[in-house]
Amino acid sequence: MSDTPSAARPQPGMAAGALARVAVLPVDLALRLLDPPMRWLQRVIGVRRMPYVFLLPNFAFFGLFVFLPIGINIVFSVTGGSALFPSERPYVGANQFAYLFDCGSFLDPASCREDHFWRGVANTAKFVVFQVTAMVLFSLITALVLNMKIRGRGFFRAVYFFPVLLSPVVVALIWKWILQRDGLLNAAITTLGGQKILFFVDPSWAMFWAVFVSVWAHMGFYTLILLAGLQAIPADLYEAAEMDATPRWRVLTRITLPLLWPNMIVVIVLALIKGAQTFDEVFVLTGGGPGTATLMVVQYIYETGFASQVQNFGLAAAASVVLGLVLFVLTLLQFAAARRKEI
Amino acid sequence: MRLGNLMGQRRNGAGRPLHWTDIAAYAYLALGVVLMFGPVLWLVLSSFKTQSALLEFPPSPLPFAQVEVTVPGQPQKLPLFRTTLPDGSVRELAQVRRVGLLAQMVDPADPSKQYRVAIDKREPVRRVAFATENYTEPLQRFAFMRFLFNSVFVTFVATLITLLINSMAAYALAIYVFPGKQAATLAVIGTLMIPMTIILVPVYLVVTELGLANSLWAVILPGAATPTGVFLLRQYMLTLPKDLIEAARMDKASEWQIYWRIVMPLTLPALAVLAIFSIMWRWNEFLWPLAVLTKTEVYTLQIGLNAFQGELQTQWHYLLAMTVMTLAPVALVFVFLQRFITTGIGSTGMK
Repeated sequence: MSDTPSAARPQPGMAAGALARVAVLPVDLALRLLDPPMRWLQRVIGVRRMPYVFLLPNFAFFGLFVFLPIGINIVFSVTGGSALFPSERPYVGANQFAYLFDCGSFLDPASCREDHFWRGVANTAKFVVFQVTAMVLFSLITALVLNMKIRGRGFFRAVYFFPVLLSPVVVALIWKWILQRDGLLNAAITTLGGQKILFFVDPSWAMFWAVFVSVWAHMGFYTLILLAGLQAIPADLYEAAEMDATPRWRVLTRITLPLLWPNMIVVIVLALIKGAQTFDEVFVLTGGGPGTATLMVVQYIYETGFASQVQNFGLAAAASVVLGLVLFVLTLLQFAAARRKEI
Repeated sequence: MRLGNLMGQRRNGAGRPLHWTDIAAYAYLALGVVLMFGPVLWLVLSSFKTQSALLEFPPSPLPFAQVEVTVPGQPQKLPLFRTTLPDGSVRELAQVRRVGLLAQMVDPADPSKQYRVAIDKREPVRRVAFATENYTEPLQRFAFMRFLFNSVFVTFVATLITLLINSMAAYALAIYVFPGKQAATLAVIGTLMIPMTIILVPVYLVVTELGLANSLWAVILPGAATPTGVFLLRQYMLTLPKDLIEAARMDKASEWQIYWRIVMPLTLPALAVLAIFSIMWRWNEFLWPLAVLTKTEVYTLQIGLNAFQGELQTQWHYLLAMTVMTLAPVALVFVFLQRFITTGIGSTGMK
């Protein structure tokens, strides 16, 4: 974080600057008009208390939309019924959790009472394992290649990065169009003499493409983190290696990879955290199907709480508490990794 | 100097033989260009195809459409076919009507002459044509403009609010020393760990109780205070010279004036980074709007597009065009601010 200011220094385009200035003009006026009341407030409460005034709006939002909801979420998860307002919901203790965890065998989602939740857990776990592996592998290769002395590096970096900016719906629709029954990929397959494959009817293919599309869309982000790490490796190490005529393979395994390791950990943990919350691309691409083959935990929460005929807020909240605990553990890992990186 | 030249020469590789890893790298990059750009290019090309051209298998790379001609004496435009006549000659004829396996054809140059030919003796005449109606028709037929407006409104207003309240909080945390500063900073870090995905239900309750259900404010407000933004701005403000603020106080500037007239202008680069992040987040946001917006008139572009893909399964020509329209603003922003965005994300490790 410490190098943020220097990184933020490059200026955006002139056009964007002009546009921003026009947009800011009325805001500027409004905020200048705020000065007299603020000056009065400062006189009444004193300069020492002014920082609280500046903190107030942001923390009011935090309180209303983050801290309060965490509390309510816990209340929701220990109450039942179909009412939305917490005081109208009967206390049921740990029943929601007991219901979620009511399984014959945890290895077989079909033996659970709430089998969709466990299918979601199993699918998300499978998805995360494949996705994080592929993500780390490909973003590492891409970062290494982009860090070489190649022509048009900026262009290639942009090529790998731009899908990061696309919305999940757009990403999913682009690939849905290519992968559909009469799509480009099936055309290529039949031209090569193969049979059309119904990618979204076969559970394994659906999962494969869910992972593939998600790696396609987000790889650029992780590549950038690794690239920043690669560029922070002191150049004199490489120069020394060059003097000694060290083979490239040894340079990679003895210098580059060990020094990149802290960034790799950041990438792995970040990818884990994002992966566990996977929803949008997969939801638009496969709808969780075929059947429940690509149903993720977040989709289960969304459908239980919002989309199904009978909205079960309690169950959705209990499931999100479980997901929250998992994410909490992963975030602790992230902080541990970040601390190691600083040392 | 000579050493520098030597190094430079070595580095730029005039004398350096091409290592196999260089070739592999370029091959990888070429593959990357195809794999990353190809799908988007395919989407754009496909979006200009007519409905019938989209049903073709295997699909043609460019948007082709059958040529239609006006023939004197015929009320409608007629499709043109390259026809093999019984005497073996090949001519371009327009089809008047088709009866079973026979087609009644007419020569556009000489409308008095009519032919009857078997339908397998003719082939449609096709030229590259861009079906721009894919783009214009949805604007009239669906609430696309409404969704577009909603998305622009949400993105713009939410980004303004985010910039304002985040910068105020960052200013307090960066410039002042006050009791509870540590706790406030910790609270921001704590918020960083609570993604929207795990508090969907209770935020929905809060929004409903505030009477915001099914309004655009339900999308704008919950995500307006971003911990990421507070952090980013605070880090930047910490580097500002303290003397400047002291000097302003000497001149009897109020704390609000110091914030708005002195600190904010100096923080512009960081504000620009946050603005780009915020625009990106808001334009692409999906799960929360999907959960909270149930009426069509408040749908954002992403939710509308998702609804279309459910309804328009058979009307890919509209769906593809609308996808391109949703993608276009982001693509434009990226083309202009590419370097800026990548350095911003690369160095902060956020998105």
